[in-house]
Amino acid sequence: MYELVTGPLAWLSFGIFFFGLFYRLVWYIRGLNWQMDRVSYTQNMVYGIKGALRSILFWLVPFGTRSWRYYPGFTILVFIFHICLLATPVFLMGHNVLLLERWGFSLPTLPEGIADFMTTCVIVSAVFIICRRIALPEVRILTKPYDLFVLAIAVAPFITGFFAFHQVGSYDFWIIAHVLCGEIMLVAIPFTKLSHFLLFFLSRAQMGMDYGIKRGGMKNKGMAW
Amino acid sequence: MPEGILCNKQVVDTKEKLNALLADKSGKQYYDEMTRLDVDTEALWATIEKTCKSRLRTWLEICAHCGMCADSCFIYLANKRDPKQVPSYKIQSTLGEIVKRKGKVDNEFMRYVMDTAWAKCTCCNRCATYCPFGIDMGVMFGYVRGLCFSHGFVPWELKIGSGMHRIYKAQMDITTEDWVDTCEWMVEEYEEDWPGLEIPVDKENADIIYTVNAREPKHYPEDLAEAAILFHIAGENWTVPSQGWEETSLAMFAGDWGACKLQVESVYAAMDRLKPKRMVVTECGHAYRATVLEGPYWAGIKSGKTPIESFHYVEWVAEALRTGKLKIDPAKKIKEPVTYQDSCNYIRNGGLGDYAREIMSYIAEDFREMKPCREHNFCCGGGGGLNGIGRYRKERNIGLTVKRDQILATGAKLVVTPCHNCWDAIRDLEEVYKIGIRWSFLKPLLLGMVEVPEHLLPREE
Repeated sequence: MYELVTGPLAWLSFGIFFFGLFYRLVWYIRGLNWQMDRVSYTQNMVYGIKGALRSILFWLVPFGTRSWRYYPGFTILVFIFHICLLATPVFLMGHNVLLLERWGFSLPTLPEGIADFMTTCVIVSAVFIICRRIALPEVRILTKPYDLFVLAIAVAPFITGFFAFHQVGSYDFWIIAHVLCGEIMLVAIPFTKLSHFLLFFLSRAQMGMDYGIKRGGMKNKGMAW
Repeated sequence: MPEGILCNKQVVDTKEKLNALLADKSGKQYYDEMTRLDVDTEALWATIEKTCKSRLRTWLEICAHCGMCADSCFIYLANKRDPKQVPSYKIQSTLGEIVKRKGKVDNEFMRYVMDTAWAKCTCCNRCATYCPFGIDMGVMFGYVRGLCFSHGFVPWELKIGSGMHRIYKAQMDITTEDWVDTCEWMVEEYEEDWPGLEIPVDKENADIIYTVNAREPKHYPEDLAEAAILFHIAGENWTVPSQGWEETSLAMFAGDWGACKLQVESVYAAMDRLKPKRMVVTECGHAYRATVLEGPYWAGIKSGKTPIESFHYVEWVAEALRTGKLKIDPAKKIKEPVTYQDSCNYIRNGGLGDYAREIMSYIAEDFREMKPCREHNFCCGGGGGLNGIGRYRKERNIGLTVKRDQILATGAKLVVTPCHNCWDAIRDLEEVYKIGIRWSFLKPLLLGMVEVPEHLLPREE
């Protein structure tokens, strides 16, 4: 079983992940239309690129925008959740050992204690995110079961990985569940809201180009995000 | 009833149709017919499939439902944080539903969509600057308005307004003759005080072609005279076109994209005909947005730019003060606390915030910013056509409270409002809430404080 989930299924899920995202990228860019969107993307490319970069970079920095500063608590939650969610699997020692065994190379790794802490951060922030969804009326009205389902997909690999690492119950069970959950997440990324893994950048770039080209970017120093 | 006599899917392109609508006081019959208007669900879905492309679909799909847009919306704040006023909810429950149901929606639903698109969103685009994904509910409601318009679900006043643009190439029934007469009349009125004053009509190769908001010739012709006097003092070589002088676009508020195109093309034709060096637009926000920022796209100009370079009035004033074409008498500067209403259309969506501050630095001694201000300022409360729709007067007045409180917090009693919509909203705000403020365009303020060169003064006989 372990061989199956870390072998063919892993290949399949990574394949769907990469091809799916590539399809989303092409679909997004092909669907842009200068006249319908009312942004002259190609004719004013330099202003567009400047606007796009500004729009992405300011939003990648914690408290880098007015909106991030307006909601400081949620901002901290969002950044902790995303940084830990993205960095932990990439720099986890266990994953890199696997990488070294299979492909002969590995990335820098996080000390186990820190990786464990970051995993806990993902789980705890997810709990806070759910509490926020329930507690705040303006978020509650927007929340649908689908939002919780997507969050569950994103957090499941961390919960199962946590149990496997701490050997709660059967290690074999948890490690296979962990790999499967990770693969479900990879496959879900292109097809669900998790596509914001890529579409965050594309959507921000588009809005940045809109501001960089049409909404004042040619007449000022750039939008004060 | 598939189509009403007044409320239907057709555009208003004849005087007969227009007069029939105008005769229906407050749109009583119009809105009554609307309750029985059929929804052509197949056509609706066909349009969505053709026009709702990756940008809008992505926005609908990836919205994280995080609620960060909530506090960005002045209508949400003004309505005591009613969750149904959260921008994301408003768009998901309208466009989101239409897409989900593949266009299969009924009359009642379309009326809900209309009421949401015009009474719960002024298309100020502020939410887009608070969403981590940059989801712009203003852009989406602009799109929704287009869908509503093409299916006959549009507020009565805006159906009339877009018809006016189609028939008169102006938002009001002003003919070329009326316009030219008004220009001549204003010169006659003011030339005694300002010898040599001109409003040159159709002068070729001028440095500036000046274009206006139809309300000016129709209701406030002195605004045109003030513009002429300021150009006269500044020594500008300017002109107005006899046709293509109207910058505004109620068609944009209505979502009548065909009329939007016709309107801006009339202005661009004047540019081609008269070959001026640049265009200056009067103190109007949506007019600048429509003709300068969005217009080139409606007209199919790939560069996204108007045929000649175009400027908002605040840009011209800032330049005139900077270069000394207009000089302010220091003794006449505004001494009292004064604040500035940043128009969404040319500040947030046009990037002209610095020019407004530059002007205030020349004319005011105690300038006080609203909080928030510039790109992050709140809509006046009457943007996006909301000021002019009788059906939504109550909702509009509730929305005004955010601006009221912003102004009160500055301690200023004078509000500079270089935008017709803002000017109206703040006038109505004072009428409804009586907070003891005054409001003004730039032109009359400037005229009260500019130094007039000796040779322009009337000669003493």
